[in-house]
Amino acid sequence: MSNNSASSSSSLVIAQKAVKQLRLEASVRRIKVSQAAADLKTFCIQNAHKDPLLMGVPSSDNPFRPPKSCVLF
Amino acid sequence: MLFSPWCALEEQFIANVSSPASAARARRSGRVGLATASRSTSDPHPAEMATHELHPNDTLTTLKMESENLKAKLEEERAKLHDVELHQVAEKIEALGQFVMKTRRTLKGHGNKVLCMDWCKDKRRIVSSSQDGKVIVWDAFTTNKEHAVTMPCTWVMACAYAPSGCAVACGGLDNKCSVYPLSLDKNENLAAKKKSVAMHTNYLSACSFTNSDMQILTSSGDGTCALWDVESGQLLQSFHGHGADVLCLDLAPSETGNTFVSGGCDKKANVWDMRSGQCIQSFETHESDINSVRYYPSGDAFASGSDDATCRLYDLRADREVAIYSKESIIFGASSVDFSLSGRLLFGGYNDYTINVWDVLKGNRVSILFGHENRVSTLRVSPDGTAFCSGSWDHTLRIWA
Repeated sequence: MSNNSASSSSSLVIAQKAVKQLRLEASVRRIKVSQAAADLKTFCIQNAHKDPLLMGVPSSDNPFRPPKSCVLF
Repeated sequence: MLFSPWCALEEQFIANVSSPASAARARRSGRVGLATASRSTSDPHPAEMATHELHPNDTLTTLKMESENLKAKLEEERAKLHDVELHQVAEKIEALGQFVMKTRRTLKGHGNKVLCMDWCKDKRRIVSSSQDGKVIVWDAFTTNKEHAVTMPCTWVMACAYAPSGCAVACGGLDNKCSVYPLSLDKNENLAAKKKSVAMHTNYLSACSFTNSDMQILTSSGDGTCALWDVESGQLLQSFHGHGADVLCLDLAPSETGNTFVSGGCDKKANVWDMRSGQCIQSFETHESDINSVRYYPSGDAFASGSDDATCRLYDLRADREVAIYSKESIIFGASSVDFSLSGRLLFGGYNDYTINVWDVLKGNRVSILFGHENRVSTLRVSPDGTAFCSGSWDHTLRIWA
């Protein structure tokens, strides 16, 4: 096992790093959830028409959907 | 003030930070520390906090007090801005209709569990890796295999396609990430051209090229992430902060800058600045290992999938979790997640062999897809959003549309 002073200084260093990191995280600029949520919603709605998996794409346009009447797998 | 009972606080700190020897010492000295600490009960003034450097004389007890103080302050600040739930904001939007998504292609050829896959930017090629050490490049339209490489190790847990489409990267139990240039000559031995780029001290869990073929970002069981130069193999930046294995990573969409998110066995999702190596935000709300993280298409949020059977959405500007995607009937872990192009749908591959499709805004499940005969281990939506691919422990990959 390591000697007493070495392990105490290493846990001190770890604690110092933890405090430093927490200070950084605490100082982050935040916005309200209502605003953030509104922006997420706006993005979804604006891009919905371009989303093939959401809108469904006619078989002729989608390379993965063969233009057949039934799919066997 | 929001101080929890002193003994609980002390135990929590000791559990997080100390080795067994120093824990015993902290407990013995704990009573003395508590008496002096009770004098100051207010938050440090912001100016004080900025100028107060960390002195060598700071004892474990004053540091732990500040640590708890900061954590409480963080939660308080986050809670102040929590004025509404995401699904409430989404109430007025039309609900999604029934989805008909089926397996359109099945890629067979791996001899063992498929562990990872990635799409090429050309929207038709796919690279996949398996427990048997094989890495295969497929043409997803025709299901033909274009290239196959046998790695010197088993459990190839990570693979990625280069942006140019001219190379693939992979690694796993060999603790390395290697890059293989893909040649047009199908007969050429790819293994001969292999380039070892990354070296970790434990298994490679995930890898991704950055915007070019020149740099690779990796995450590892050794608890770190790292950025490497492909040409020289040089370590450009390392990212320390996870307390356990890092299992996944995802780069922010290029418009939003140089950050990436990682998830680990310490239940934390960390957002990192790629240039400085600094962890800029950290989220710890999952109750178990985070297996997969993926940015929302706008770059303002990211989703995570975890062994606690939930997927969650975290907004980066609100700095908090804003949605949980879960059901009582879902009890198996989510292994991988990805968004549809608009971010409205979240696809989750689970260990109960199914894929659940979630309405990101309203929070409900819109579809459940069956087909795989074992755990779904990896899932990615194609670059143009027309389909998504899932890989499974049943040795196959499936393309769904």
